[in-house]
Amino acid sequence: MSTQEQGLTPGKPPIWNDPHYRALFFQILLIIGLGAFLFTIVSNTLSNMENRGISTGFAFLSERSGFDILQSLIPYSADSTYGRTFIVGLLNTILITVLGVVVATILGFIVGVARLSKNWLIAKIATVYIETFRNIPLLIQIFFWYFVVLRAMPSAKNSMSFMDSFFLNVRGLYTPYPVAAEGFDFTLIAMAIGVIAAFVVRSWAKKRQNATGQQFPIFWTALGLIFGLPLIVFLLSGSPLTWDIPELQRFNFQGGTRIIPELLALLIALSIYTAAFIAEIVRSGILAVSKGQSEAALSLGLQPNQNLRLVVIPQAMRVIIPPMTSQYLNLAKNSSLATAIGYPDIVSVYMGTTLNQTGQAVEIIAMTMAVYLTISLTISLFMNWYNAKMALVER
Amino acid sequence: MSVTDKMLPALPAPNDAKGPIHWLKTNLFSSPINTIFTIIALYLLYIVVPPAINWAFIDADWFATSREGCSREGACWAYIYNRFGQTIYGFYPPEEQWRVNTAFLSLILLCIPLFIESFSKKSWLGGFILLIFPFIAYIFIHGGYFGLEVISTDKWGGLMLTLIISIVGIALALPLGIILALGRRSHMPIVKSVSVIFIEFWRGVPLITVLFMSSVMLPLFLPEGSDFDKLARAMIGIILFQAAYVAEVVRGGLQAIPKGQYEAALAMGLTYWKSMFLVILPQALKLVIPGLVNTFIALFKDTTLVLIIGLFDLLGMVENVLGSDSKWLGFHTEGLVYAGFVFWLFCFAMSRYSMSLERKLHTGH
Repeated sequence: MSTQEQGLTPGKPPIWNDPHYRALFFQILLIIGLGAFLFTIVSNTLSNMENRGISTGFAFLSERSGFDILQSLIPYSADSTYGRTFIVGLLNTILITVLGVVVATILGFIVGVARLSKNWLIAKIATVYIETFRNIPLLIQIFFWYFVVLRAMPSAKNSMSFMDSFFLNVRGLYTPYPVAAEGFDFTLIAMAIGVIAAFVVRSWAKKRQNATGQQFPIFWTALGLIFGLPLIVFLLSGSPLTWDIPELQRFNFQGGTRIIPELLALLIALSIYTAAFIAEIVRSGILAVSKGQSEAALSLGLQPNQNLRLVVIPQAMRVIIPPMTSQYLNLAKNSSLATAIGYPDIVSVYMGTTLNQTGQAVEIIAMTMAVYLTISLTISLFMNWYNAKMALVER
Repeated sequence: MSVTDKMLPALPAPNDAKGPIHWLKTNLFSSPINTIFTIIALYLLYIVVPPAINWAFIDADWFATSREGCSREGACWAYIYNRFGQTIYGFYPPEEQWRVNTAFLSLILLCIPLFIESFSKKSWLGGFILLIFPFIAYIFIHGGYFGLEVISTDKWGGLMLTLIISIVGIALALPLGIILALGRRSHMPIVKSVSVIFIEFWRGVPLITVLFMSSVMLPLFLPEGSDFDKLARAMIGIILFQAAYVAEVVRGGLQAIPKGQYEAALAMGLTYWKSMFLVILPQALKLVIPGLVNTFIALFKDTTLVLIIGLFDLLGMVENVLGSDSKWLGFHTEGLVYAGFVFWLFCFAMSRYSMSLERKLHTGH
C-alpha cells in the first residue's frame, strides 16, 4: 500500500528538524549573540573613555616615560619612550623565563631521578621536597625568598664571598664579568666552526655506521671540536679575555656585574616550584618504560649506560614531553608574579607603572596579553615540533 | 628408604638478610656511591633541620601579648596567636562571625554524604552544593535579607575570603567549562572555533593580567554608572579563567568515553542534550573528578594573587594588613610561614584525596 511505503521511506524531514539547518541556525544565532555582545562592550568602552577623557590609540608609545627601571638588558633611562619601556619589560620577562626553564629542568630531572633512587634517604628527601613545594602557593614562596632570605643577607661590607670573586649581600649577587679584548672574535669564529664540524662528523659517522656497522667516538670528537678547537685558538691568539672582578669600594662594589635580588628571588622560587612538578613528570616518565625493555637491552649485551641512553630515556621522553610543555607554559605565565616583588618584568613596568601614568588601559592590557599569548604559542609550537621529532615512528 | 609425611619447617632467613643492619646495608650503603650520597644527605639534613626545629619550636614564643614579650631567638607564634581571628575572617565584625561559621559548617555537613558509598542521590546533592548553595551562603554571609546586617565585601578577608573565592570560582566555572568542552567537541565549525579561541585565550594568559583586566577594564566595558564591587570584578575574571581549565579537563573525560556510547545514545533516539546529560556526561565527569580536584588545588593556590589587586585573602591579610601593624612590626617570617603552612595543609589533603580517588577509579585495564 502506498501509505505504508511512505511510512517506511521517510521523505525529507521538516526544515526545523533537519540537523543541517539546525546547526546553521544555531551558529547564526551564536554569531549574532557574540556580535551584539562585542558591539555593546566596544560602544560602552568608547563612550566611557570619551567621558573620562582618555585618549585612544598607540601614540603614547613614543612619549617620554620619565621613570627608571631597575634592570634593563638594553640601554634605558627616564628619557626613553614608553615603547622602549615595553621592550625592556618584555626582555626581562623572556630573561626570567629562559633562566627559569633551564634551572627548573635541571633541578626537576635531578629530583625526579632521586625520588626513584635505591637510596632510601635520598628518595625520601626528594619526596618531601616535592610534596612541600608543590603544595605552597608560588607567591608565598617568592615572598619568602625575597623578604625573608635575601633581605636577611649581610650588608655590602660583610658580604658572603666565594673564591673572592662572587659576593652575595643584601644588594644582590656580584659576579665577575668577562671583558673581551681585541682578537677574541677568532675564538668565537672557531667555536662556530667547531659546532658545524661536529654536526658534519655526526652525520658522516651515522652514515658509516649504517653502512658498515663500524662505530665512531662521536661524543669525544664533538667535545673536542666544540670546546677544544676554540680553546686552542684562544690560547694561540694570546688569551684575549679578562674578567672584571667586583671589588669593595667605600660603600659598595665596583666592577663585575650585579644580579639584582628581585631576579635572584624570583628565579629561585620559580625554579624550585616548577622543578617539583617536573620531578613528578620525570618520575612517571621513567616508570612508564616497562622493566622488560631494560632487561631485553641488558640481555642483548648493552652496557647499563647504553641501556639508559639508547633504550630507557628515548622512550621515557615520549611520556615526559607533553606534560613538560605545560609546565614550561606555566613557568612563563607564573613569571608575571614578578610584579609582587618589583622585578621589572612586562607586567610590572608596562601593565603597572605605564598603565598608571598613561591610563590607557585597553591598549596596554591588550598588548601585554598578546605578549603572553605569543610566548605561550611559541613554546607550544616548539615543543610540538620536538615531540613530533621524538615520537615513535610507526610503520 | 625412609619416607616422611611431615613437612619440614622453613629455615629462618640467614642472619644478614634481616634486621636494621641489613636494612641500612641495602637501603643506605649498598655501594660506594650510595654511601657518599647518604653522607651528603645526612650533612644537608644536619644543616637544615636542627636550626629549623630550634626556630619553630624550641626557641619559639607561643603566648605573649606584645612584641616585647617575644625574644628574638626563635619564632614569635604569639603574633599569629593574637591575630588569628583576623587571618581567618579579615575585617568581618566579630559578633557576626557566627554567620560565616554556620555557612562553612553547613557546607561541610552537606559534603559528608558525598563520601558515603551507599548514598544514592549524590549527583542531586552535588548539583545543589555547586549550583544553589553558593547563593544561599552568599546571602547569609553578605546579609541584607531576613534582618541580617549587611557586611559589605570589602570587610571580607583572610582564609574565609580565600575559601569563598576558590569555592565560588570552581562552582561557577564548572557549568561554563562543561559547555565549553561540549562546544569544543561539537561538529558545528563556528561553535567549535569560538570555544577553541575562548579556551586557548584564557589558558594562554597569566591570571595576573586577567585580574588587572577585570579590575581596570571591566568598569570600562559596562554602561556608565553601573558599578561592581572589587570582589565581584575579581570573581568574574577568575571564573572565566578557571572555566577554560575546567573545559580542558572535561574534554579529556569526553574523549575517554568510547564512541559506541555516543552512537548508542543517538540510536535510542535521544536528542543531543539528552544524550549528553543522561549518557555521556555522567560517565565523563566521574572519570575527571581527580583532574577537577587538581584544577581546584591550582585555583586555591592562585587565589593568593588577588592581593595584587588589593583584596585581602589569607596571604594579603598576613602581608599587607598585619605586616604593617605597628604593634607587631618585624614578624614577616612568622606570617609567611603560617600562611604557607595553612595553604600546604589544604593542598596536601586535597592532593592526597585526588590520588586516592584516582586509585579507586582506576579499576581494571
